[in-house]
Amino acid sequence: MSLPQLPPVIVGAGPAGLACAATLVEAGLRPILLDEARRPGGQGTRRLSPAMMPFAEQFLGRAYANKTATREALEDRLLTRCDWRPGTLAWGIFEDRLEVVQDGRHDSIRFDQLLVAVGATDRLMALPGWTLPGVFTLGGAQVALKQHSAFIGQRVVMAGSSPLLYLAAAQYARMGLRDLIVVDTSKSADKRRAAIGMVLSAPGTFAEGLLLLAELRRRGVRRIEGAELLRVNGTNRVEAIEIRHADGRVEALSCDAVALGHGLRPETQLAELAGAKLKFDPILRNWFPETDEDGRAGDRLWLAGDSAMTGGRIAAAESGRLAALSMLAARGMTVPADAAKLRRRVERLRVFQQRMASAFRWPSHLAAELPDETIVCRCERVHAGTIREAVRKQAGPVEVNRVKAITRCGMGRCQGRFCGQTLQELTASTSGMPVETVGRLRAQAPVRPIPIEAAMEGDGL
Amino acid sequence: MLDGPILFRPAVERRPDITIRFEGRDIPACAGESLVTALLTAGLLTGRSEFDGTPRAGFCLMGVCQECTVWTSAGQRIRACMTEARPGLDLRTSAPFETFAS
Ligand code: FES
Repeated sequence: MSLPQLPPVIVGAGPAGLACAATLVEAGLRPILLDEARRPGGQGTRRLSPAMMPFAEQFLGRAYANKTATREALEDRLLTRCDWRPGTLAWGIFEDRLEVVQDGRHDSIRFDQLLVAVGATDRLMALPGWTLPGVFTLGGAQVALKQHSAFIGQRVVMAGSSPLLYLAAAQYARMGLRDLIVVDTSKSADKRRAAIGMVLSAPGTFAEGLLLLAELRRRGVRRIEGAELLRVNGTNRVEAIEIRHADGRVEALSCDAVALGHGLRPETQLAELAGAKLKFDPILRNWFPETDEDGRAGDRLWLAGDSAMTGGRIAAAESGRLAALSMLAARGMTVPADAAKLRRRVERLRVFQQRMASAFRWPSHLAAELPDETIVCRCERVHAGTIREAVRKQAGPVEVNRVKAITRCGMGRCQGRFCGQTLQELTASTSGMPVETVGRLRAQAPVRPIPIEAAMEGDGL
Repeated sequence: MLDGPILFRPAVERRPDITIRFEGRDIPACAGESLVTALLTAGLLTGRSEFDGTPRAGFCLMGVCQECTVWTSAGQRIRACMTEARPGLDLRTSAPFETFAS
């Protein structure tokens, strides 16, 4: 292959995409950087809405608010040196073309170097009643505050198996929400077992977690540990969430909103369309794209951040930098940087996440216990019982894409992002096969519904 | 039919300065806030499931689930959580023309 000539293209302006762009700019390039959002930042470091800005210190704490302001100013300067395209949805990749829609206009960007850094979204297990208005994802509950300047309710329960429960709860409490309960379904024994490994791999991040716990205690937030989620109750909206405590007692926690999250799920669809192979990670019990240690996944393809491997904000930035160094090397260019050190750092932070995942376990065992009438696919309203029946009727090896074709589970507008994980576990538990053998939902273009007028243009109408 | 419970509670003072139209009604909104904030703080739903008619009010709030999809009068499909409120917006919960339904 001849040396790349076109400007590098970066999808996703979160920590990974921005760090990659910064390194490329430093080398004298002007990358094309696009994001679906209007402003850079991604999810975890999403910028506060103008209405929330005056409360940045209260929301983030003084030290972190200052750091954030400095970082955002640098990012703004960086964007002026990139071909920055906000509000741009990347929906497909065909050969060396990235298909995008920006403000209703269709465009096709040719690339010879592409970084996909589109992050992760909440990983969820279906729960009876989770389609009631007032149930949101845990990530959504945070976005509600940061971008929509609102709490998801007045009496909020944050539930699931994720360290982000504590961060989200602290953010709500700092902004003045009193009526707040955290239901952490993970077990304290698992956390104790994982603690040493977490301290060893990333003591700073571990300490931040302890500080958050102390803050929640100080603010009087009720915390329930080791409970199981049974169902969300309500007629037209959330009225309560029913849980089973570790000692077997069932309690209905009265509330008007529920945030659910069981960790993170990488957004792998674009990477897959670009030719990345996915492999099963037994610890995270999920599928991730294969890359080399610098994030390279193909001749023209690099991956970084949480869409490549769960690692958190700092790992995302460092992996973005690594990818940029690798892209530069492929162009016959270099910038002074210690790649080996970056690699070690990324590796350590990812190990930390693996250990964290064994503390906050993905509750795969719950799939087998889901009542048949539970809605699994929110878009197409497919029930657990329908999926089980389809799995039982299958002759030969069971595979989730066939179950999808029969039941329509995963065929809706969200393209299986919120039901896919439950579907995998249900298929596995019903068939008695290990989850890694039943496959995963394959990506299809468009990876997001395309605004209608753009689709028409693409169809030549 | 879209009146629902009030879901969102503003975390900071909210002073609506514009109105948007939603299903033929005027809804107070702040210019620049997301449509989902305007709808959910006003006690409105974003629509109903086309399968069983049950109410929808957004879920991920970050553009992924598409459960906050609404339509402009020109037949453009938008996500209420990813779109800013601006004066003159005229929205409905389903496609204005049959042929555009999807
Ligand atoms: S609430 Fe999920 S896309 Fe808007």
